[in-house]
Amino acid sequence: MNQYDTFEHDVLVIGAGGAGLRAAIEASSLGCKTAIVCKSLLGKAHTVMAEGGMAAAMANVDDRDSWKVHFADTMRGGQYLNNWRMAELHAKEAPARVRELEAWGAVFDRTTDGRILQRNFGGHRYPRLAHVGDRTGLEMIRTLQDHGVHAGIEIFMEMTIVDLLKDGDRVVGAIGYDRERGRFRVWHAKSVILATGGIGRAFSVTSNSWEYTGDGHALAYRAGADLMDMEFVQFHPTGMVWPPSVRGILVTEGVRGEGGVLRNKDGKRFMFDDIPDNYKSSTAKTEEEGWRYTQGDKSAQRPPELLTRDHVARCINREVKAGRGSPHGGVFLDIAWIKEKIPNSAEHIKKKLPSMYHQFNQLAGLDITTTPMEVGPTTHYVMGGVKVEGDTQMSTVPGLFAAGEVAAGLHGANRLGGNSLSDLVVFGKRAGEFAAKYAKENSAGRINPDQANEAMREALAPFDRPAAGGESPYGIQHDLQHVMQENVGIVRMEGEMQKALEGLQGFKKRAERATAQSHREFNPGWHTAIDLRNLLLVSEAVTISAIERKESRGAQFRDDYPTKSDECAKFNIVLRRGQDGSMQLRRQETRPLPDELKQIIEENK
Amino acid sequence: MAQTTFRITRGDSAASSFKDYTTEITEGMVVLDAVHQIQAESAPDLACRWNCKAGKCGSCSAEINGKPRLMCMTRMDQLPAGETVTIEPMRAFPLIRDLVTDVSWNYEVKKRIKPFRPRKPDNPDGSWNMQQKDIDRVQEFRKCIECFLCQDVCHVLRDHHKHDEFVGPRFLVYAAALEMHPLDTEDRLKDLKDEHGIGYCNITKCCTKVCPEHITITDNAIIPLKERVVDEFYDPLTRLFRIFKPKT
Repeated sequence: MNQYDTFEHDVLVIGAGGAGLRAAIEASSLGCKTAIVCKSLLGKAHTVMAEGGMAAAMANVDDRDSWKVHFADTMRGGQYLNNWRMAELHAKEAPARVRELEAWGAVFDRTTDGRILQRNFGGHRYPRLAHVGDRTGLEMIRTLQDHGVHAGIEIFMEMTIVDLLKDGDRVVGAIGYDRERGRFRVWHAKSVILATGGIGRAFSVTSNSWEYTGDGHALAYRAGADLMDMEFVQFHPTGMVWPPSVRGILVTEGVRGEGGVLRNKDGKRFMFDDIPDNYKSSTAKTEEEGWRYTQGDKSAQRPPELLTRDHVARCINREVKAGRGSPHGGVFLDIAWIKEKIPNSAEHIKKKLPSMYHQFNQLAGLDITTTPMEVGPTTHYVMGGVKVEGDTQMSTVPGLFAAGEVAAGLHGANRLGGNSLSDLVVFGKRAGEFAAKYAKENSAGRINPDQANEAMREALAPFDRPAAGGESPYGIQHDLQHVMQENVGIVRMEGEMQKALEGLQGFKKRAERATAQSHREFNPGWHTAIDLRNLLLVSEAVTISAIERKESRGAQFRDDYPTKSDECAKFNIVLRRGQDGSMQLRRQETRPLPDELKQIIEENK
Repeated sequence: MAQTTFRITRGDSAASSFKDYTTEITEGMVVLDAVHQIQAESAPDLACRWNCKAGKCGSCSAEINGKPRLMCMTRMDQLPAGETVTIEPMRAFPLIRDLVTDVSWNYEVKKRIKPFRPRKPDNPDGSWNMQQKDIDRVQEFRKCIECFLCQDVCHVLRDHHKHDEFVGPRFLVYAAALEMHPLDTEDRLKDLKDEHGIGYCNITKCCTKVCPEHITITDNAIIPLKERVVDEFYDPLTRLFRIFKPKT
C-alpha cells in the first residue's frame, strides 16, 4: 500500500496567489502554525497576470469617491445578486489593504503630489484602481511573497491537493502529492483555507493558466460544501485573437482606461450603439466627451468602451457574428489613435502599458503605438464558487474557508475589473483571521486513513489502467474545452447546453479510461489525468446552473431568454452533492438589503 | 508552415540524453506551443514548467539553441527555418526531470536578504508620499518575473558553481530594489560585501542580455551597489571620516 508523510499545522492554506498568501500571513501573524500548499513555484500563481489594478476608494485622484460609491458600483455591476455584506466589507476595507501593501514594500505609480495614483476602469464611477503600469498583479504577489517568507509560514511548492479529509462534518486536513517525486502527503490541520482561483481551463479560449482547473471548487463540493452562482463565468471582452497560438491571452482593460477605443471593420465605434438604460446617465454622449473622461476631466462621463465587461464582450460578439469583425474574428482595439490628441504618444503608451506593448510586439509582431490590435472575448474569471459567510469566509462545511476567486458572493452576476485584486487581500485577510480563530477554538480532528488510502488509489488509477484501449488525458481535456466553449460560452441556449451535458457524460466515461505513462516523477500527463475530474465537475456545475437561470443577467446571456426577469432577480443558484452522489440544485432566495445599504444604492443610481 | 524537429533533453539527474520529436509548426507558434503539442502527440510525460504563457510569470525558462530564454516568448519564426531546435533545461541548477530543474536554492537565497523596513509613515492614515521620479528605478527592478535566466547565464554560478558564496544577479537586483526604495531604512551593504559576494560579479553583462523584462541589471543595479559598497568600506576618506564620526 502507498505510504504518506503527515504534517501537522493549525491552518492549511491551499493556493499561493494573492488570497492564499494574504490569508497565510494573517493566520501566521495571529500565532497559528501555518502552511501553504501550491501547485506551482511560489510567485507564479495566476495573480501575477492581473494587469489593470486594484480597486479601492482612496479618493486620491477624485475626492468625490468613497466606499459608498464603490459599494454601489460593485452591486450595480453584479446586477444585485451579490452577497451585499461582502460588497460592503470589500468597499470599506480595500483602501487599508492597499496601504498595507505599500507598507510591505509595494511601489505603486504616483500622483503628482506623491500619493498612490488611481486609474479609470469599467463600471467604476471614479478613477479607483491603484496600479503599477499594467503589471499590478506581479507587484501584489511579489510583495506578499517577500513579506510572507519572513512571516514563518511553511511553504510546500509544486504540490497538488487531491482531496480534503474530514472527521464527521468537519474538514481536518487534506491529502496531496508532490509533483517532483509523486509521493503522497497528508496535511493535518485544524482549519483549511481554499485559495485556488478559478476554472478557466474548462474552456478552450481562456486567459487562464494550466492551474485553473477548478480544484478548490471541486474539493469543496466533494467535501459537502455548497457552490453558488456557477452560471456566471466572465468572458473578458479583450483577449488576443491572432496568431492562433496566443488566442485568449489577456489584453488589459487598462488600454481602454487610457483612451483606447473599439472599432469594427468599418471603423465605427460600435459601443455607442448599445448603452444599457441603467448606465445611460453615466456614459459619454460623444466621442470627444469620452476622451476627456479618460484624461481626467471630472465633468465628462465615461466612454462606452468602459461599460461593464459582460456588456462589452457581448457587443464584440455581436459585431463579429454580424460580419463586421476584424480579419481574424475579433474587433479592433485602437490606442494608437491618441497620437491625434497628445504629442509623443508612442512614449506615453509604452510608459502606461509596457506589458501590452511588449506582448503584442513579441507575440504578434505588432506595434500598438502605430497599429490597432485585434481582440475578442476570452474566458477570464468565475464569479461563482464556494458559498461563504460574508464576514468570516467560512463555507457551509465547518473548518473549511475560501477566499478570492474560488469563493462566491462579492461579484454577483458580473465582476468589475479591479475588484479582483482587492477581493484577494480583503477576504484573504478575513479568511486568515477567522480560520485562525477557528483553529484556536477547536482541537485537531482525526484523520481517517481509509479516506486517505481511497484518495491515493483514485489518484494513481491512471497508472493502473491498461494502455490498450486507454485514452490520452490531453485529448479528453481538449475535447471538453471545445464542448464547453461552443455550447456554454458567451451566448447560451437551452438546447446547446443540454448537448454539453450529454457530452460531459461521455467525457466522464472517457476520463475513467485516461492513462498515464512511465513513472510518477514530474509527469504532466498524470497530472492532467487527475485534473480532469475537477474540470468535469465544474463544467457540469456551470452548465446545469446556466440552464436553470432562464434569463440574461450579468455574465449569463441566454439567446432564448434575452432579457432580465424579475423572478430570477430573487435567487442565487446553489449546488450541493446529494446522498446518491448526483449534483443537487436549489434556488436560494437572496437576503434583503438593510435600509442603510439600500439607500446608498439609491443615492448612487 | 512545416514539420520541425525538436531535440529535447529527457531524463533526470542520474541520466539524461537528447531525444528527437517532430511536430507541425503553424503561424505564430512559440516554442512552448511546440512542447505542448509534443506532449499531446507523442510524449505525454515530457516534463516542463509553465503558467501564464504570456511572459509574465517566468516559469518556462529553458535553453533554446543554447540560449537562456522563456519558451513562451520565443517565436518559432525567429529561429532559423528548417533547422532542428534544441531545448535543454537551465544548466545552473540541478536537473529534476526533462526541462524541469530544482530552483529551490533561489528561494533560500532570498530569505537571507534583509527584508524591507520602511520609515515611519508620512501621513496619519499610514501612507507615504513619494515622487514618481524617485521610484522609476525601483519599479524597473520590480518588473523582475523571477525566471532565473540571469542566474542561469551568470558564469559565477553556471561555470564556477559559487552558489554558496554568491547570490547571483537576480538577488543583486532584489537587493538594489530594496536599497534604492525611497522608504527603506535597512542597511544591506555589509551583507552584500561579506555574505552575498557582490565582488564576484565582474560585470560581463550576460545577465542583462538575457533578461526577458529588459532590466538593465548590470548598469542600473549591480554597478551602483558595487559603488555603494566601495564608498562604504574601501574609500579612504570615508574610512577616515568614520573614525571621527560619533557613533549613532
